[in-house]
Amino acid sequence: MGTTATPFRSDSKVLNWIEDRLPVFSFLSSHTSGYYAPKNFNLWYYFGSLALLVLVNQILTGIFLTMNYKPSAAEAFASVEYIMRDVEWGWLIRYMHSTGASLFFVVVYLHMFRGLMYGSFKKPRELVWIIGMLIFLVLMAEAFMGYVLPWGNMSFWGAKVIISLFGTIPWIGPSLVEWIMGDYLPADATLNRFFALHVIALPLVLLLLVVLHLGALHEVGSNNPDGVEIKERKNADGIPLDGIAFHPYYTVKDLFGTGFFLLIAAFIVFYAPTFGGWFLEHDNFIPANNLATPSHIKPVWYFTPFYAILRMIPSFFGTAVWGVIAMFAAIVLLFLMPWLDRGVVKSVRYRGLGYRVALGLFAISFIMLAAVGAGVTAELIPQWFGADADATLIENLFGRFWTLVYFGFFAFVWAYTRFGFEKTKPVPERVTTHD
Amino acid sequence: MTNATTKTTGIAMPAKIAAVLVAVLMSFGIASANEGAKLEAVNIRLDDVASMQRGARLFMNYCSGCHSLQYLRYSRIAEDLKLDPKDVEANFMFAGGKIGDPVTSSMPAADGTKWFGKAPPDLSLEARAKGSDWIYAYLKSFYVDPTRPLGWNNTVFPNASMPNALWELQGIQTGVVGHGGEVDRVELHTPGRQTPEEFDRTVRDITAFLQYAGEPAALQREAIGVWVLLYLGLFTLLAYLLKHEFWKDVH
Repeated sequence: MGTTATPFRSDSKVLNWIEDRLPVFSFLSSHTSGYYAPKNFNLWYYFGSLALLVLVNQILTGIFLTMNYKPSAAEAFASVEYIMRDVEWGWLIRYMHSTGASLFFVVVYLHMFRGLMYGSFKKPRELVWIIGMLIFLVLMAEAFMGYVLPWGNMSFWGAKVIISLFGTIPWIGPSLVEWIMGDYLPADATLNRFFALHVIALPLVLLLLVVLHLGALHEVGSNNPDGVEIKERKNADGIPLDGIAFHPYYTVKDLFGTGFFLLIAAFIVFYAPTFGGWFLEHDNFIPANNLATPSHIKPVWYFTPFYAILRMIPSFFGTAVWGVIAMFAAIVLLFLMPWLDRGVVKSVRYRGLGYRVALGLFAISFIMLAAVGAGVTAELIPQWFGADADATLIENLFGRFWTLVYFGFFAFVWAYTRFGFEKTKPVPERVTTHD
Repeated sequence: MTNATTKTTGIAMPAKIAAVLVAVLMSFGIASANEGAKLEAVNIRLDDVASMQRGARLFMNYCSGCHSLQYLRYSRIAEDLKLDPKDVEANFMFAGGKIGDPVTSSMPAADGTKWFGKAPPDLSLEARAKGSDWIYAYLKSFYVDPTRPLGWNNTVFPNASMPNALWELQGIQTGVVGHGGEVDRVELHTPGRQTPEEFDRTVRDITAFLQYAGEPAALQREAIGVWVLLYLGLFTLLAYLLKHEFWKDVH
């Protein structure tokens, strides 16, 4: 157990009465003041609690948006403008929700990268990682459906492109697409079901998974930047020598992190709510129109690396399904990390040079693919290579190179650790900051 | 302790690279935000109420005959632009109606389609969809073109259905054929009632009003934001001091 059992006794008879019938207070204290976390958490360890903060923000602001939004193809767009203009503080609630969606992915990507850096996916934390990946998957579905709800032109065409990915599946594809949309195009029926999934079905799944993620974490205990198991060295009371109580130490530390994060979030909400077209896209201020295609159809920034992989894989044998398979494989491989990476040393501080370089390249490939998917390269290539250059060829070479790097990371890490190429450094017995 | 520091610099490398790349990518993004690019920056200031008031008047006189602002109410204009509701009723609401009504055009859409080939669009969100730089450039880029049904064309939006509604003020511009064999810039042929500088201000005012119309809450947003940031700054400082105090006994 990562938590210590803390019997609860209070001066209040009422609280003791409740505790004797339902031990909520001992449960809470064993997961806060009774949960010992390593004392050497660094900057990277803020993003888990921040993700939870954003989740709460999305649910609270979402409730108020739902009170005024109309999930119908005829009324959705106007109802969002009604929220922006006529509902008291509606603009603030909506911007908090739309900014929250993007910042959710910012903190989740950093949180995942932290896991890869310090080996937090390795034994005994495989389930923490797997459940976390499931959260990421559900979050992507949640974000996609939420993006469709304002029923702007990018909502419509984004939905059309993403849903038609399922159309590449042999045999059942075309009927599957109709089944998902409930129509031949994204339409009123599609909007209705996406609304239901976005506001109740997926949030319930998300909350359950978050509880399981934290439950699994508290069972095995938190990893740390040194990748040292603090539970292996305990004092006479059974408390890890390098552990400090989550409450109050990390609650006050996370309070500071929260303040700093909210400062950035508030700056965006109040002074750059569209974030230059990255968080709210220009074409989505035009109502959905199935006759007018936006000049560049592209998903919101947080999907662009996967969208780039989809676009970079050519179709052959007469089907485009390979891109779809590659896109899903890009996520499935992350699920498999605990078994692909057989290195015993967790933290990148003590791992071989190969892993460090590979992880750095992996992070760069993710950003470069994001640039390809967002159309940044398509815009820059004519500027850098001249208007006469074959922009498609250059973009394909560039995008396919980084797609190879992305998948190469997993292949390399497997071979590197499976065949014993990794030369690790000695891991300290205790965290490096202990006295 | 020195040992620990040398070890941490090693891991910071991929992290630092990632951070720098994110920053670079973001700056590309901000730079390319106004799609189409190469438009002159109009730099609208939403604290210039006088400009938006002039823009509202110009819009009502020159634009609202064809274009509506279906998401903007007259009462909201009066409130936000500090105008007397009575003046708004007298000067802006040519077709009557109530002060709480949205700005509608008097032209039925079917007639618009018949007369212009395409019904004039609602402009509530034009500044959000196209950007204020685009509106500013578009309104200054009309030129006479006898090959077009209404005799007007535009370098920013070639073959636009819209004629130059502001020609009396601007005068008449003609197109200049560039290297590509197409009209790529315009020059003033016959001066109008305003000098080029006056006309620039006119277009700037209309653009400011349309930017306001795209997001009336922006006025509130920018006014409140400072206080929210100051509050959060103070909160963060106190939280830091609290954390520092609690962590004194962690070694």
